Amino acid sequence: MTTDTTTRDTAPGAPAPGTTVLDARGVTMRFGGLTAVNNVDLTVNSGEIVGLIGPNGAGKTTFFNCLTGLYIPTEGEVRYKDRVLPAKSFKVTAAGIARTFQNIRLFSNMTVLENVLVGRHTRTKEGFWSAVLRGPGFHRAEKASRERAEELLEFVGLASKADHLARNLPYGEQRKLEIARALASEPGLLLLDEPTAGMNPQETRATEELVFAIRDKGIAVLVIEHDMRFIFNLCDRVAVLVQGQKLVEGDSATVQGDERVIAAYLGEPLENDPGAAEAAEVEAAEAAQADASSDTSAGKENDR
Amino acid sequence: MTTQTTAPKTSGGVAGDGSTGLIGIPAHLGRALATGGGLLTVVSTFLAWTWTAEFPGDLTVYGYPGGLQVLVLIAGALTTLLGLASYGVRGLGWLVPAGADAALKFAALSAFATTWYTVIAISAQLGGLVNLEPGAYVAAAATLVAFLGALALPFERPEPDPFDPDDTGWEQFKHTSGNNWQTVKAAFASGTPRTLRPLPSYVEILIIVAVLAVALLVFTYGIGTEYDELFVGFLITAGLGFAALNKAGLIAQATQITSRHTNITVCGAFIAAACFPFTQTDDQYATLGVYILIFATVALGLNIVVGLAGLLDLGYVAFLGVGAYAASMVSGSPSSPFDLHLPFWAAVLVGAAASLVFGVLIGAPTLRLRGDYLAIVTLGFGEIFRITANNLDGTSGPDVTNGSNGISSIPDLNVLGFDLGVQHDIGGFTIGRFANYFFLMLIITAVVVLVFRRSGDSRIGRAWVAIREDETAALAMGINGFRVKLIAFAVGATLAGLAGTVQAHVTYTVTPEQYLFAGTTPPNSAFLLAAVVLGGMGTIAGPLIGASLLFLIPNKLQFLGDYQLFAFGLALVLLMRFRPEGLIANRRNKLEFHEEAEAPTTLSKTGA
Repeated sequence: MTTDTTTRDTAPGAPAPGTTVLDARGVTMRFGGLTAVNNVDLTVNSGEIVGLIGPNGAGKTTFFNCLTGLYIPTEGEVRYKDRVLPAKSFKVTAAGIARTFQNIRLFSNMTVLENVLVGRHTRTKEGFWSAVLRGPGFHRAEKASRERAEELLEFVGLASKADHLARNLPYGEQRKLEIARALASEPGLLLLDEPTAGMNPQETRATEELVFAIRDKGIAVLVIEHDMRFIFNLCDRVAVLVQGQKLVEGDSATVQGDERVIAAYLGEPLENDPGAAEAAEVEAAEAAQADASSDTSAGKENDR
Repeated sequence: MTTQTTAPKTSGGVAGDGSTGLIGIPAHLGRALATGGGLLTVVSTFLAWTWTAEFPGDLTVYGYPGGLQVLVLIAGALTTLLGLASYGVRGLGWLVPAGADAALKFAALSAFATTWYTVIAISAQLGGLVNLEPGAYVAAAATLVAFLGALALPFERPEPDPFDPDDTGWEQFKHTSGNNWQTVKAAFASGTPRTLRPLPSYVEILIIVAVLAVALLVFTYGIGTEYDELFVGFLITAGLGFAALNKAGLIAQATQITSRHTNITVCGAFIAAACFPFTQTDDQYATLGVYILIFATVALGLNIVVGLAGLLDLGYVAFLGVGAYAASMVSGSPSSPFDLHLPFWAAVLVGAAASLVFGVLIGAPTLRLRGDYLAIVTLGFGEIFRITANNLDGTSGPDVTNGSNGISSIPDLNVLGFDLGVQHDIGGFTIGRFANYFFLMLIITAVVVLVFRRSGDSRIGRAWVAIREDETAALAMGINGFRVKLIAFAVGATLAGLAGTVQAHVTYTVTPEQYLFAGTTPPNSAFLLAAVVLGGMGTIAGPLIGASLLFLIPNKLQFLGDYQLFAFGLALVLLMRFRPEGLIANRRNKLEFHEEAEAPTTLSKTGA
C-alpha cells in the first residue's frame, strides 16, 4: 500500500472541482422486503474518477443499475447535468451515461468493429429507409461511424483486431472492447463495473492507464472495483457502500484509514479497543451483515 | 443398401497405426479399383439395365443412357475424374484443392448409392432380380468395387479413447461405437483447401457464370423429374455429389470467388432464375417454380424477423394472408365486398400497407415479450387471423372475407398492357401464365433480397443483431429495443404482404385454409420457419434453398402420402442434431453452434 499515495500525487490533472455531472440523491432500491440500496447520495464532477467499493452484496451493482435505468429507484432521483434521468436504459445512454458490465456482455458473434459500431447507435440517426435507399447521407454517416469506431479501437489498442469475432478475443481484450463500445456512445460519464476482474497485474496496470486516458478526454468515470490497489491508485474520491448504505466518502487516505471500512471488509473489531460506541456499531454491522448475507446473495450483483 | 454399415465393423479390428484405409486393401490397389470402377460405371450406363420399358425412364437401350442412368453416369464420371486427380494427373489438380481422397470416397458413394437404389428399385418394382439385364449387374459390381476401393484409401486415423475398465458392457459398447464413428468421420474428412490466388476478374466472373449455370441446370433437372424414382435418385446423386465437391474444396473456392463479387453473384443468380422459364416447354413446371418462389420469398422475409432480429414468429403466414386478402378485395373479384378494381401497383400497395398495419398492431403488444412467450403469442395471432377470416362470412359476423369460400375468381393481372393470364410467344419461347407470374414474383423476390441485404448491413441491421445477441447489453448501448424490434416485425410483415398480393392472383382464390399454422402444403407458418432453419438463419441463399427443398420433396414424393409430415419431422430432428446451423451456414451461426471447431480468426465481410 505504500505506492498508493505517490502514484496519486503524480497522477496528472489535479482534481479540478468541475461542474457536477452526476448527482444521485437519496437513491433507495427495494426488492420486496429487501433494501438493496438505502438512501445513497453520490456526486461525480467532471474530470473526476470516483471509486465505489464495498464487500460483496453491498449493493454496488444495484446502485449502478439504478443509475443506468435498468432499475427504477424506489425512492430518490438521479440527475445527469441537472436533468433527471429517464427510466429507460437506452435513454440514459442517449443522455450521456455509458456503462460496462461486471460479467462481460459483448455481442459475441459480431466482429470487434461491429460491436463498437453498435455503440454508435445513439449518435447516428439513419433508419430503415435510409438503409434501404442508400442515399449519400447514409454512406457519409456509415463512413463517419466507421472512422470513429476505428479511432476508438486505436485508443484502446484493438485496432489490429477489428475483424475478429468478439468471442475470440482474450479476456482482457474483451474488457477493453466493452470500454471502447461504451465510449462509442460519446458519454459524459462512464460507469465501469469491475473493469479489472480476472485480470493479471500487467493487464490491471494497462487498464489503469486506459482509465486515466479516458479521464483526460474529459469524461468523468465512476468505477466499481474490488482491487484496492487499483482503486486507490486511480480514484480522486472513493465511496464505500456497505449493506446498501454509504459508509464513508473521501480521498484514498480517508477511506483507507477509516476503521469502519476495515471492519466492514474484515468483519472483526480492531485489536486496540476503540470506543465502546464504535465497537457496538461494528458489532451491529457485523451481525446485520451475517443476517443479511444470505438474503442479499439472491439479489446481489445482478446485472439484469 | 445396408452395405455401408459393414464399413465400421471391419474397421474395428484394424489397429490404429496412423494412416490405413477403412478396409484392408492396399491403398494403391484401392485407388486403382476406385478409378477403374468409376470408369466401368460410366461404361455400364451405356448398357441396358432392364428388358422392359415398364420401369420409368427407358433403361433398355444400348448406347444411350436414360433416366437414372444419366445420374449414375454423372456420378461415375465424377468418381473417375477425382480418381485420376488423386493420381496427380496433370490438368486435374484444380479439381481437388483440398485433397482428392475424401472427395473420391463421397463420389464413389454417390455412384454406388444411386446405382444400387436403381437396381433395387427395378427389382422391387418389376418383381425380382430376373428383370435385370447384364448392364445392371456390371453397374452394380463396378460401383461396389469403386466404393470399396475408395474406402481403402488411407486417412489420418484418430487416436481412440482408452477404455475405462470399470465400464459396464453397455457403456463399453457405446464407447466402441463412439470410437468407430470418429474413425468413419475421419475417413470422410478432408483438409482445408488452399486459398485461391486472385484471378483476373473476368475469369472469376466467368467462373461465377459457370457455377450459376450448373446450379440452374441442377435445379431445372430436379424440378423436371417426372417420376418418384428419378427424384429420389436425383436427391441421392446431387446430395452426395455436392458433398464430394465440398470435400474436394471446390465449394469453398467458389464461395471465395462469389464473396469477392457479391453484387455480380446476386444479379447473376436473378438472371439465372429468370432463365428458368425458357428452359421449359410447357407451363407444368413453371407452376412449381412460381409456388417455390412465393414460398421462398416469404421465408426470406421471415428470415429478417427470425434470423436477424431473433424474434421467433410462429404466425408469420398470417401476414401473407393479410396481403393476399387485401389485394384480392380491391382487384375486382366478384366475391369481394368492395366493388373496386384497382391497377396492380395500387393493389400491391394496399396489400403491403394492410400487412404493415397488421404487423404493427400485432407487434406493438407482443414484442414486449421475449423468447418462447413471443413464439406462443404470435402462434395465437396467426390462428386468430385464420379463424377471423373464416368467420367474417355474413352469418357469424359482417361479410368481409366471404367465409370459408374465400375471395374467388380473382382476375388475372394486366401490367402495362401485358396480360399475365395468357400465353405469350417471346423469341420462339412459349411463356405461359405461370411463367408470367414467375417473372413478376421474381421482381418481388428481388425487392425482398434488396431489403434484406441493405437493411442487414446498416445501423438498423446491427441493432437487430445486437438485440438478438444480448438484449440487455443492446439496451445499455442506447438501442431502443422495442422500436427496433417493431421495425423488424413490420418490415417482415410488409414483405410477406407483398408476396401475398401476387399469390392471390396466381391461385385465383384466397381462402382461410391456405394460411394454416401447419399443413401438408407449404407455405404455412411451420414450413416457413422450417425453411429458414433448414436453409440457414440469417443468410439469403439459405431460406431460398430450404424453401425449394421443402416444396419439391413433398411435391415430388407423393408416395410418402400420410407419412410426409412424419418424414419431415424426422429430417428436421436429424438436421438439428448434425448440422444445427442449417444447410447454408451463416458464419456467425456456424461458430455459435460448433464451439469446439477452430474458428477462423477474421470475418472478411462485416454485416449480417
